[in-house]
Amino acid sequence: MMIDVSGLKKNFGKVEALKDVHVTVEKGRIVGFIGPNGAGKSTTIRILLGLLRKDAGKAEIFGLDCYRDAVEIHKRISYVPGDVNLWPNLTGGEVIDLFIDMQGKKVAASRKQELMKRFDFDPTKKCRTYSKGNRQKVALIAAFSVESDLYILDEPTSGLDPLMEREFQALVKEQQAKGKSVLLSSHILSEVEQLCDDVVIIRQGEIIESGSLKDLRHLTRTQFIVETKSDMPGFKDVSGVFDVTKNEDKWHFQVDHEHISSVLSFLGQFPVTKLETKEPTLEDLFMRHYESDDKGGA
Amino acid sequence: MSRQPFYQAMKLLLFYLKREYVKLSIWLLGLVVTTVAVALAFSGLYQSDTERQLMAETMENPAMKALVGRGFGLDNYTNGAMLSHEMLVMTMIVVAVMSILLVNRLTRQDEENQQLELLLALPLGRLSPSFSAIVVLFLANGLLAIVTTVSLTVLGVDSIDFVGSLSYSTALFASGIFFGAITLLTAQLSNNQRGSMMLSYLVLGISYMVRAVGDAGDLWVSYLSPLGLLQETQAYVGNYFWPQSIIVLISFIIIALSMSLREKRDLGSGLLPDRRGKEAASSFLKTTPGFILSLQKVPLISWFVAMLLIGLSYGSVLGDLDAFLSENEVIQQIIGSTEDYSLTEQFIAIILKVMAIIATIPTLMVFHKLKSEEVKGRLDHVLARPFSRLKVYMWYSVISLLTSIFLLTIGVISLAGAGVYVLDTGIDFMTVVEANLVYLPAIWVVLGVMGAIYGLEGKFDGFTWLYLLFCFVLIYLGDLLEFPDWLMAVSPFYWIPELPVDAFNIWPLVTLTGISLVLFIIGGVGFISRDIRQN
Repeated sequence: MMIDVSGLKKNFGKVEALKDVHVTVEKGRIVGFIGPNGAGKSTTIRILLGLLRKDAGKAEIFGLDCYRDAVEIHKRISYVPGDVNLWPNLTGGEVIDLFIDMQGKKVAASRKQELMKRFDFDPTKKCRTYSKGNRQKVALIAAFSVESDLYILDEPTSGLDPLMEREFQALVKEQQAKGKSVLLSSHILSEVEQLCDDVVIIRQGEIIESGSLKDLRHLTRTQFIVETKSDMPGFKDVSGVFDVTKNEDKWHFQVDHEHISSVLSFLGQFPVTKLETKEPTLEDLFMRHYESDDKGGA
Repeated sequence: MSRQPFYQAMKLLLFYLKREYVKLSIWLLGLVVTTVAVALAFSGLYQSDTERQLMAETMENPAMKALVGRGFGLDNYTNGAMLSHEMLVMTMIVVAVMSILLVNRLTRQDEENQQLELLLALPLGRLSPSFSAIVVLFLANGLLAIVTTVSLTVLGVDSIDFVGSLSYSTALFASGIFFGAITLLTAQLSNNQRGSMMLSYLVLGISYMVRAVGDAGDLWVSYLSPLGLLQETQAYVGNYFWPQSIIVLISFIIIALSMSLREKRDLGSGLLPDRRGKEAASSFLKTTPGFILSLQKVPLISWFVAMLLIGLSYGSVLGDLDAFLSENEVIQQIIGSTEDYSLTEQFIAIILKVMAIIATIPTLMVFHKLKSEEVKGRLDHVLARPFSRLKVYMWYSVISLLTSIFLLTIGVISLAGAGVYVLDTGIDFMTVVEANLVYLPAIWVVLGVMGAIYGLEGKFDGFTWLYLLFCFVLIYLGDLLEFPDWLMAVSPFYWIPELPVDAFNIWPLVTLTGISLVLFIIGGVGFISRDIRQN
């Protein structure tokens, strides 16, 4: 187990920032950590880094306590924050070297060079002249130059252009192939969808869903688009069918996973000219949680 | 308690030294050069015992004691006694400011900019940053003490010996360490950089005030202030070392306390409750001048206090001056001699010119804010809204002009007030005030120079500061070094009639005001037609 968090609580004064957080990251897995602004993602990550003290619960990395053993843990992890501020009078290259040096691991110069090239990064400029994206690259290059067992990434691609974002994703996949683990907090759901094996969704300081992306998809419905000339009497009453809308000959609806075969046999009675299905996107999943919770007034 | 709290502190220390050595070198160089220069100047200006003794008498009044310290060895005012009396407290304050800035930069500022977060995510002990910052503090102040001791000793000035210099510079050392330690403590208390710095300055300000009250009345309360206590080293007179030892010991306790607080608190938090800010903008902030003034509230208030103090201190020395001035040939030469007026009146004329130069500094600063807003990209937020450039430029100009009028008036009123109080001879309050206010057009010309350069180019306006410095040099040394008239004419201050001495003449004032107006218009036209800079 790389990260083992359970029953984690954190209060800031009277505000309960984290009520009950549990996150696990298994070896070799990429775990997406998603949730709206202010849900507690960064607070959780900062507790994992030993920057904040937990009020209750367990927060361990590599089986070590995140606060007490911060130094030991940090020798084996790399961290990239979403908002990178650097020392204006040092160059990007100097800062990268400094970070690598403090990590205390030997890094081949070629690895650093390779990453700078992949991210199209000029290390000779002073940090005060870098744009947000370039400051982000400094943190990314420093983090990925080092072969850490665990990468903790807090919205690491904010400010990067799509090309660089793709480079970042490739890099994460490469590290995974080497058996490394990643905790990736992100707002970009498509990125999480492409990269992650597991997903943890947090809302108002509580984990409301967690598991493999595949399992989560099974919890939701598949989108169907069906074209048929004929009217389909009684279709709306078929069990497992939701949100039916009809636009001329086109039917849009959603079907629960366990009812797919019965719905298909019902459709078989009619002259269907076109059938499309779509896997639910993470966004559907995400939105469904928030919308339903909003209605619940939670 | 976490494990390995000081892990890799050495590595961090090297990094901090790399970051700081340029800034610290400039500070240390400035401090040492100033101290040495003053020591040399004193021994050059006051060559006989009688001259020094006369100086001691002018210093022997409550106002001067409050300003620079109670002084020791006033009955035998040697060069050394004079140096430590007139320079020690002021230099300790400068060293304190250096140390406050240093520790604040390396602790709370890094924490606020989330640079500490990046560092602490690496295998670094939780206390390593604070520890390394304190080591840098000790190195900087230690180096200052060593270099000051050595340079003062090798000057070979009579009565400025090794032991005295050691006592003098260790007092500076202790002051730096103490206020650095205080800043490490305030960094734990406040949750932001500014708050932490303000708390440290508050401690410094209170230390100075307590000492001022104590010294003016020869009271024991001076000992409650670290500055007052360190004064008791009596450098070059008693040469004690116990005050430094006590202060450094207290500093160690403060440092240990701060470290244990740091160990207990969350990164980014402060132990003092966060003051709730305003929920909505006040109607004052929503106006353009209100917005500009709010941005510079703290510096403006500081300058208000500074002008008040400068005026009071100049004013309070006027009484004892006549006797002293007639003895001192160098100063007579700076003033230039006129038979019809008393030396005090001529001295006032010079001081008023200097006051006008000093008042130019905040005036330029208020305008210069426009540039820093532009460079930091914040002006974009304003100009991206329905807000014309001309309006922005005009408001900054108007507020700068009002600043010059307001601050110069404050300075001269406090000077004239204190002067009338100490002077028995009938120098009229209003005469002095008017004599100072006639300098306003000259200030406006300097401001106009900045406006024009900034408006046209958006850079190089720093040149204006050099111009102001040049004007100051012309006033201060022009008569002494007998500069030619055409060179003196470069300074707008040259054209202003020196009122108690010269006759009043309206035309230079009108001409200078006209010139400043033209410069403002040039700047305004430039500002509305050039590119707004990025970065």
